[in-house]
Amino acid sequence: MDVLKRVPVKEQDPKVRAGNFDEVCLGYDLEEAKDEASRCIQCKNPKCVDGCPVAIDIPGFIREVEQGNIEEAFHIINKYSALPAVCGRVCPQEIQCEARCIRGIKGEPISIGKLERFVADWARENKIKPEAPMEKNGRKVAVIGAGPAGLTCAGDLAKMGYDVTIFEALHEPGGVLVYGIPEFRLPKDSVVKAEIDNVKSLGVKIETNVIIGKSITIDELMEEEGFEAVFIGSGAGLPKFMGIPGENANGVFSANEYLTRSNLMKAFDENYDTPIIAGKKVAVVGGGNVAMDAARTALRLGAKVYIIYRRSEAELPARVEEVHHAKEEGVIFKLLTNPKEILVDENGWVSGMRCVEMELGEPDESGRRRPVEKEGSDFNIELDTVIMALGTSPNPLISSTTKGLKTNNHRCIYADKETGMTSREGVFAGGDAVTGAATVILAMGAGKTAAKGIDDYLRSK
Amino acid sequence: MSEYIYTITKKESLADSIFLMDIKAPRVARNCYPGQFVIVKMDEKGERIPLTICDYDRENETVTIVFQAIGTSTKRMAEFNEGEAFRDFTGPLGHRSELIDMPSEELEKRKILFVAGGVGAAPVYPQVKWMKDHGYDVDCIIGARNKELIILEDRIKQCVSNLYITTDDGSYGMKGNVNDCIKELVNNQGKEYDLVIAIGPMIMMKFVCILTKELGIKTIVSMNPIMVDGTGMCGACRLTVGNEIKFACVDGPEFDGHLVNFDEAMKRAQMYRSEEGKKQLKAMEGHTHHHSGCECHEEK
Ligand SMILES: Cc1cc2nc3c(=O)[nH]c(=O)nc-3n(C[C@H](O)[C@H](O)[C@H](O)COP(=O)(O)OP(=O)(O)OC[C@H]3O[C@@H](n4cnc5c(N)ncnc54)[C@H](O)[C@@H]3O)c2cc1C
Ligand SMILES: Cc1cc2nc3c(=O)[nH]c(=O)nc-3n(C[C@H](O)[C@H](O)[C@H](O)COP(=O)(O)OP(=O)(O)OC[C@H]3O[C@@H](n4cnc5c(N)ncnc54)[C@H](O)[C@@H]3O)c2cc1C
Ligand code: SF4
Ligand code: SF4
Ligand code: FES
Repeated sequence: MDVLKRVPVKEQDPKVRAGNFDEVCLGYDLEEAKDEASRCIQCKNPKCVDGCPVAIDIPGFIREVEQGNIEEAFHIINKYSALPAVCGRVCPQEIQCEARCIRGIKGEPISIGKLERFVADWARENKIKPEAPMEKNGRKVAVIGAGPAGLTCAGDLAKMGYDVTIFEALHEPGGVLVYGIPEFRLPKDSVVKAEIDNVKSLGVKIETNVIIGKSITIDELMEEEGFEAVFIGSGAGLPKFMGIPGENANGVFSANEYLTRSNLMKAFDENYDTPIIAGKKVAVVGGGNVAMDAARTALRLGAKVYIIYRRSEAELPARVEEVHHAKEEGVIFKLLTNPKEILVDENGWVSGMRCVEMELGEPDESGRRRPVEKEGSDFNIELDTVIMALGTSPNPLISSTTKGLKTNNHRCIYADKETGMTSREGVFAGGDAVTGAATVILAMGAGKTAAKGIDDYLRSK
Repeated sequence: MSEYIYTITKKESLADSIFLMDIKAPRVARNCYPGQFVIVKMDEKGERIPLTICDYDRENETVTIVFQAIGTSTKRMAEFNEGEAFRDFTGPLGHRSELIDMPSEELEKRKILFVAGGVGAAPVYPQVKWMKDHGYDVDCIIGARNKELIILEDRIKQCVSNLYITTDDGSYGMKGNVNDCIKELVNNQGKEYDLVIAIGPMIMMKFVCILTKELGIKTIVSMNPIMVDGTGMCGACRLTVGNEIKFACVDGPEFDGHLVNFDEAMKRAQMYRSEEGKKQLKAMEGHTHHHSGCECHEEK
């Protein structure tokens, strides 16, 4: 074995997987995991841990994996993360823990994410549950939203003995994990549901179909239902559109709609009632994880798929692994291209898109080179479906129905970095609702911070 | 007994293929108002179906819905009986009727005409009832294709000063459509209205708005575009109102009818009609239909 090289991980063949919704990456088996773990040099000053937003004891759990003590490895990870099977799959490891790994200086960094995933999957298959919470203290805390932020905050509070109820607007808990990220990247029943069940096994109650701000307000939760503190983890679900002509034509969808139909409503499975318009020639506008997920979903539903992105490959915000997978499966990348207008046929359906070529000019405030239009380079693409994956912002439902909740001009809720407390006493917030669309692990980190903030606040009250 | 919690406590057939149900849903019943809607998901495999709140009983914690069995989902819903339950019942969604937030001095002065087309009588009912309970007089027109499809007549009658009925075929009330009735009232009977609230099929609301614009009467409509989540997350329900894009589920469902782009909305409402038909076909033909390369999978 070459210690500079990773133990490769098995994946479904691109040609086969482009036609199914089964998981792409198949994960390590025990021997592979032990081999990969043996590459870790157990640094005294492990840089990898600094790169993890929830500071998992990475050398600690890897040591147990190497020795074959997977159950012990699971309990180590569980002290820091309630959703390891999820994070091991969707964390942008290459820019977080793995980017700092000492092994990466000379060779390839340790596959920390794949090892984390292995441990969590093994624990689930062997019915290992997280350690039981301590004694209940009887104090009630409400959590809004069952996404990664809410689930983490609720799990941590339950471990501290609080009586926690999560209120979720949709009919399933999970947030983006169930409605956004597709099955082939994150299996819903086997992985997401199992990790949510682990959170429930800590005593957390989840009430679905409750929309805070409509079914009940935060003030009512605190005044009438006896919740002493509230955590808002409502995410950033409001989709953006471009504002170009033709955007309301039939066949133009937000990525959220397309993905929700496919993932949450299981429209790809003909036994479910919800319809989806698969499309034959689909353009996905955008270059982030959401765009990759929408493109790969459309591909699996039988379409020829283009990604339309206005900057170059280097600026694609999606994870490298996802871009690589999308290309392998046959998604066509039209980079340095920007849509100007969606062309519409006489029945109101999409017939194509007029685009313009772009080139990179001077860097803008974000430091990235700003794309500018190439004069006279307009061209048309023939299409029947367009999916807009331009980003999302927080839904104003909660901020507009809660007195005294400060937000910024992007509608993000203000929360203290150290404690997670908002401008309202006893009301905390974290995750995408505070930062705008970010990542699973950052949302979890914020949920953790707020759980500690809530504990400190309630103890001193 | 069902494993689900949203129990159907009452089921009534109002007309051929139009049903009324009371659903036990404490959180919705406690906080809902006229103008708002719910989303029903029958079971594991069902879609999320938006339906307007037709009535509510805060004490018994029930919410009344009225629906027309027109497609796969609503027909399947019609097969549910008293004592059975739905998996999910979410709400209240959308804004409540703006009448409720109008100052009483203003409401007293207003001369309001409600116009209900077909199942639109269901969302109109809680609004006229609210007006009656708060001591305001209003008029109402109910229009339908024929006598059999006029619903909630007795209930609405008790809440309004004048109730007018029109049927397309003249089998009951006045012969003609709701616009004929509005013209008759305003032009020949000397009625003066300064606010119309029109709820019914989009095509009806469109034509009412063309007429009331001519007559110079402000008109509110309740839009029912395709929806998925109903919480502002998917944008499926987007409409053009004035020069802006609005999400019907969170910005509406009621809008100033003179600003709504109905032609676009009606086209968008057709979007899944053919897909749905194909699903039904697939269901009948079974899995033989499910291999790649089959053309009928790919057409639009
Ligand atoms: C398609 C897609 C792919 C992604 N891929 C990745 C990836 O590969 N890696 C990665 O790290 N990140 C990825 N992300 C981003 C990541 O999923 C989010 O940053 C993360 O889920 C945010 O977590 P959250 O808990 O703050 O919010 P969410 O996951 O959005 O959860 C919020 C929950 O709150 C509920 N809610 C909202 N309003 C209310 C209300 N008023 N009352 C009750 N409940 C409410 C919502 O229904 C939802 O369930 C992706 C996002 C998308 C959309
Ligand atoms: C805010 C709101 C309030 C409504 N209130 C009522 C009511 O009180 N009573 C009533 O009978 N109907 C109401 N509707 C319409 C009702 O939701 C549709 O009739 C129903 O969804 C049609 O489903 P179907 O499968 O039976 O019909 P089909 O005609 O077979 O539907 C085909 C497909 O089109 C989609 N679809 C078609 N029309 C609509 C629609 N208007 N909304 C959402 N999806 C649609 C669905 O995805 C469906 O799968 C309301 C709609 C909205 C948005
Ligand atoms: S949670 Fe994410 S960042 Fe942390 S160790 Fe796991 S994969 Fe790395
Ligand atoms: S930095 Fe890399 S080698 Fe060092 S402890 Fe972390 S994973 Fe192991
Ligand atoms: S129904 Fe999804 S945003 Fe309105």
